[in-house]
Amino acid sequence: MADPLEPGRVVDGFRVEERIHSGGMGVVYRVTGRDVAFPMIMKVPRLGPGEPGEAVVTFEVEKMVMAALKGPHVPRFVAAGDLARQAYLVMERIEGRSLAEWNGRGPIPLEEVVRIGVALASALHSLHQQETIHLDLKPSNVILREGGEAVLIDFGLAHHGHYPDLLAEEFRHPMGSSPYLSPEQVVGVRNDLRSDIFSLGVVLYELATGRLPFGAPTTSGGLRKRLWRDPVPPRALVRSLPEWLQEVLLHCLEPRAADRYASAAQVAFDLLHPDQVVLTERGRRRRRLGLGMRFLRWVRAAGYEEASLPRPSAHLSGAPIVLAAVATAHTNEARNEALRLAVRRLVVAGENTRLACVTVIKPSPEMVGASPDQAATSQRIKHLVLLRHWAESLRLPPEQLSFHVLEGGDPADALLEYARANRVDHLVIGAPPRDVTLGGLLGTVATKVALDAPCTVTVVRPQS
Amino acid sequence: MKLALLADVHANLEALTACLAHAAEQGADQFVFLGDLVGYGADPGPVVDLVAGYREQGAVVVRGNHDHAVVARSETMNPAAERAVDWTRDRLSTAQRAFLEGLPLTERRGDTLFVHASAEAPSQWIYVSDPLRAARSLAAADATYVYSGHVHEPVLYYAGAGGRPMPFRPTPGVPIPVAPHRRWLAIVGSAGQPRDGNTAACYALVDDAAPSLTFHRVPYDWAAAAAKVRAAGLPESLARRLAHGE
Repeated sequence: MADPLEPGRVVDGFRVEERIHSGGMGVVYRVTGRDVAFPMIMKVPRLGPGEPGEAVVTFEVEKMVMAALKGPHVPRFVAAGDLARQAYLVMERIEGRSLAEWNGRGPIPLEEVVRIGVALASALHSLHQQETIHLDLKPSNVILREGGEAVLIDFGLAHHGHYPDLLAEEFRHPMGSSPYLSPEQVVGVRNDLRSDIFSLGVVLYELATGRLPFGAPTTSGGLRKRLWRDPVPPRALVRSLPEWLQEVLLHCLEPRAADRYASAAQVAFDLLHPDQVVLTERGRRRRRLGLGMRFLRWVRAAGYEEASLPRPSAHLSGAPIVLAAVATAHTNEARNEALRLAVRRLVVAGENTRLACVTVIKPSPEMVGASPDQAATSQRIKHLVLLRHWAESLRLPPEQLSFHVLEGGDPADALLEYARANRVDHLVIGAPPRDVTLGGLLGTVATKVALDAPCTVTVVRPQS
Repeated sequence: MKLALLADVHANLEALTACLAHAAEQGADQFVFLGDLVGYGADPGPVVDLVAGYREQGAVVVRGNHDHAVVARSETMNPAAERAVDWTRDRLSTAQRAFLEGLPLTERRGDTLFVHASAEAPSQWIYVSDPLRAARSLAAADATYVYSGHVHEPVLYYAGAGGRPMPFRPTPGVPIPVAPHRRWLAIVGSAGQPRDGNTAACYALVDDAAPSLTFHRVPYDWAAAAAKVRAAGLPESLARRLAHGE
């Protein structure tokens, strides 16, 4: 295959340097020029007679989607060349390691699975918030920056809720890499963000066990199997793998999208709080599902019907993480009740909303007659009990609830840090007392949180 | 060049002026009216005069079935529409009727065709309401871009090598790249009588340089327009429609 461009050539102000990669769909070069301050690459698709027909469309899709995306989890978009003259995409070159380097190394240590899982889920969530579904998530499309942040690349198969889906119009066959495709992609659905959550489950399963949950089938019959057949439980492959992680992995890998996590942020949340993962049969399973259950799933899969789906942002607005900041150190029933009332309007039982009940206590309390460790533990338990009691009358199922006792000298800082790390969408907090002076108001927890929060904040004041 | 596309104004002066003001803010320098200037609403005369003024400045105007019915008396319509057509006819001056009578069924500008309903048979007022009808209109139009009205809900059909057009429900205000190696059929939605549950007026803007197409929704004083419909003694259902957008 001849290369489309020779090093040394200048295209629209970009000087083509050495070739970095050559694949079936195109060639990647390092480029310089146009006074861009960061390193760049140029992707040039293989077009024309004899080349894959998909190349034109995937080029158009990638150009459209990349130009619309922002943030630390995607390469910065620089420029695109027209199809009629010279098709190319110039973007930031991401420094880091491809997740494909982990291929064949599994099983890798638990902490590393969790670290990569949180990074990957955060990157996906950022994409989904921008109306984009990747649809080709696999290790070779993930670069991990030195700081641990994940960057997603290759948007040729992506779906963007604001644009016509050009691939859906021209191609009926499933596209993507067979080990990582979701069941709905196998039957041609391209607009469900939970497809990416399935692929995330495959990637993490592979890292945690060293095996692919559904192999690498090459026939359409082989691909369809994942519509009903469940994978070998990870704990049957790696004994030391904890039940909570199996619960998370199999929750991502549910064949029906509606049975999976509703958002990637919720996957990250569970990976960050293993003690809060509600264990079900999924997590404890020692072998694959029995014949009866398998048959039931097969029947369901045979009747698979495409539902009309909301845009990614609309789907996510139905699956937020809500944080209730409960001041367990100051018992005030009127305030607690006002907070519950506000939360009740936001979190409804049976929906995809998650409620994190959070309190902040002072670090290392001093108690007479107990070692500092014991004192700290009893202190945490006391506040955990108060948190649970606060939430009881909300009557939410356990899988929607979690409880967190944070330690910190400054409650506002602790709450803000938690909200950022857990991608909280809405924070509910009690108002400062009415008699605080204007100057004092600026120093209160609620005011500081409202000023600096990365999300919506509701400040609740009791009626009386 | 930025081209504003307005369809199905239906004698709603409040909606029309709101859309034109919005388009001007967006930098629109050319205007196309995709038919049905009159019918349903209470301001046929002022709407026709306003649009006639735009045409003198170079705007494209094509004929819709309601425009046709007012001057030709040949259409079969639902009773409310028929009453509105009769009412409209009596309110128009000879010059205004002559303007409607002189409107062409289609207009072509380069690789673009403007038609109120389907290019397949423009005078038969076929509703382009599914991919098959979109395919037929595109095939008959022999154009890269077909811009239409008649169906009141905004939708964009696109066709590439696959041949079968796919419908896409646009998000208001988001420019959609419309590369010329595909074919595009846009139904811009009704300015004067939206029917998708949203009361805001519809119109679309083409940016030639990109090229891109943006569907817009413009909130307007529908209460005033509905009050005029009632005051004119037109059927109550026509006033209610503006209040509910359906």
